Amino acid sequence: MIEQVFRDEWGRVVASLVSFLGDFDLAEDVAQEAFVLAVERWPRDGMPANPGAWLVTTARNRALDRLRRERTLVAKTRLLEVPVPEVEVGRSTVPDEQLELIFMCCHPALATEAQVALTLRALGGLTTEEIASTFLVPPETMKRRLSRAKAKIKTAGIPFRVPPEHLLARRLSAVLAIVYLVFNQGYGGRIDLSAEAIRLGRLLCRLMPGEPEVHGLLALMLCHDARRRARFADADLVLLEDQDRSLWDAAQIAEGRAALDRSLALLGRGPYVLQGAIASLQIEQPIDWAHVAALYGELARRTRSPVVELNRAVAVAQAGSPQAALDIVERLELDDYPYLHSTRAELLRRLGRAEEARAAYRRALELTRNEPERRFLQRRLNER
Amino acid sequence: MQYAVLIYEKPEASDRLSLEEQQAVSDEYMAIHEDPRVVEGARLQPVEMTTTVRMQGGETLITDGPFADTKEVFGGYYLLEADDLDAAIEIAERIPAARLGGAIEIRPLMYRHP
Repeated sequence: MIEQVFRDEWGRVVASLVSFLGDFDLAEDVAQEAFVLAVERWPRDGMPANPGAWLVTTARNRALDRLRRERTLVAKTRLLEVPVPEVEVGRSTVPDEQLELIFMCCHPALATEAQVALTLRALGGLTTEEIASTFLVPPETMKRRLSRAKAKIKTAGIPFRVPPEHLLARRLSAVLAIVYLVFNQGYGGRIDLSAEAIRLGRLLCRLMPGEPEVHGLLALMLCHDARRRARFADADLVLLEDQDRSLWDAAQIAEGRAALDRSLALLGRGPYVLQGAIASLQIEQPIDWAHVAALYGELARRTRSPVVELNRAVAVAQAGSPQAALDIVERLELDDYPYLHSTRAELLRRLGRAEEARAAYRRALELTRNEPERRFLQRRLNER
Repeated sequence: MQYAVLIYEKPEASDRLSLEEQQAVSDEYMAIHEDPRVVEGARLQPVEMTTTVRMQGGETLITDGPFADTKEVFGGYYLLEADDLDAAIEIAERIPAARLGGAIEIRPLMYRHP
C-alpha cells in the first residue's frame, strides 16, 4: 500500500522540490528523507489524507532546515525570500512540475545513458541499485554517473522548464526517444522497464494531451506490450502469425487503440503515430498487410531508415509479393544487421531458393546474440 | 549564467568560399558580436601563427604550432551572458563555423566575468 503510494508520488514530489529548490541533488535527498519518515510514521499514525502533499511539505521543511543550518539560504535557493506556504497542496491545486523535470532529464546536452538513468531515477523512482542492474554496471559506477549528470545540469544551466514553442517539437521527440529506449530495454532484466516506459508514456499523455506523438508512442508501446506473453513459448520465439491470441492483453490493446484514436484525432502523422498505427494493425484479424506496408513506406520516407525499409519488405511479402519484398531487401545496406539476413532467408525460402536461404540463415545465426532468436534460426536451418 | 562559446573551425572550409561568401560569413560573426547577450569576443589569427610553451623539469620548451594536431582548430570565442544553456545553444547554432565543418563548445564560466 505505502509502496504503491511511493511509486505514484515519487516523481511528483521530486519535481515539485526541484522546482522549489532549484537544486536536483538537494531535492532528491530531502525527498528520500521524507519517504523514510513516512515509512516510520504512516503505519503508526495512519496515512495522511493527501500523502503527496504531506511528502512535499515534509521534504520542503527538511530542505529549509538544512539550508538554514548551512546559512547559505539566499545563495542556494531561488524562492526562499518568499515565505514558505504551509498550506496543504492538493493534487489539483499545484501545477504539475513533472513535465519540466522530464524535459530537464532528457536534455540533449546530457549523455543518452545519463538521460535514461536520470529519468528512471527522478520520475520512475527506481533506486540507483536498480538502475545499475539494468545497465549491468556496479551501483557505485551508476551513482557517479548520476552525480555527474546532476552536476552538469546545475553547472551548465540546463533549464527546468518546458521548452518554448520553437524548440518544443525537437525536444519532445528527444524525450519520446528516451521513453522508447527504456521500453525497448524492457524485456528480460530484473526490473520491468517496459512497464516503467508505459507508465512514463501515460504520464506524458496526461501532461501533454494535445500532442499527437505522445499518444502515438503510448499506442505503440501498449500494442506491442500486449502481445508480450504470446511472444515466447517455453523461452522460444513465436512469430506473430503463430501467436496464441488468447494470451494477448485485451485491456492493454483497448487502451492502446484509444491512444491511437486520440493521436489521429489530433491529426498526428509523425513517426510514433505511424508506428502506433502499424502496431495496432498488426493485432487485427486478419492483418491488412497492404495497409501496413503503405504505413511503413510513409515512415521510411520520413525517417530514411533502412531498418524501416526492411520492415516494409516484410509487410510487402506478407501482402503476397515475396519477390517484390526480396527486391527491397537486396537494395539495403545493412550487412551487419542480423534481421536483414533472417528476413532475406525467410523470403528466399518462400521463393523456393532453399540453398541461398540456408546460407542467409547461417549468416543471421553468426550475427545474432539473442538466445531465443538463435534457437529459432537453428530450427529453420534444421528443417528438411 | 556566463558561458564561453569556443569556436573550432575547419581551416580549409573558408578557402572554398568565394570572396563574397567570406564577407557574408564575416558579417554574420559581427552580427553575433552585436547581440546584447555577447559580453565580448575575439577572433584569433590563423593556427600557423601559434607558439606553444611547455615547462619540462624547470626548462621552458617552446615549439612552433599548436600543442595538438587536430582537423578542427580553435579560432575564436564569445563570452555570453545567457539565461540558460538553451539560450547559449541558440547563439552557438548561428555561428558559421558550426555549419562549415567545425564545432562549437559551450563552457560555463567558473567565476563571473566583471
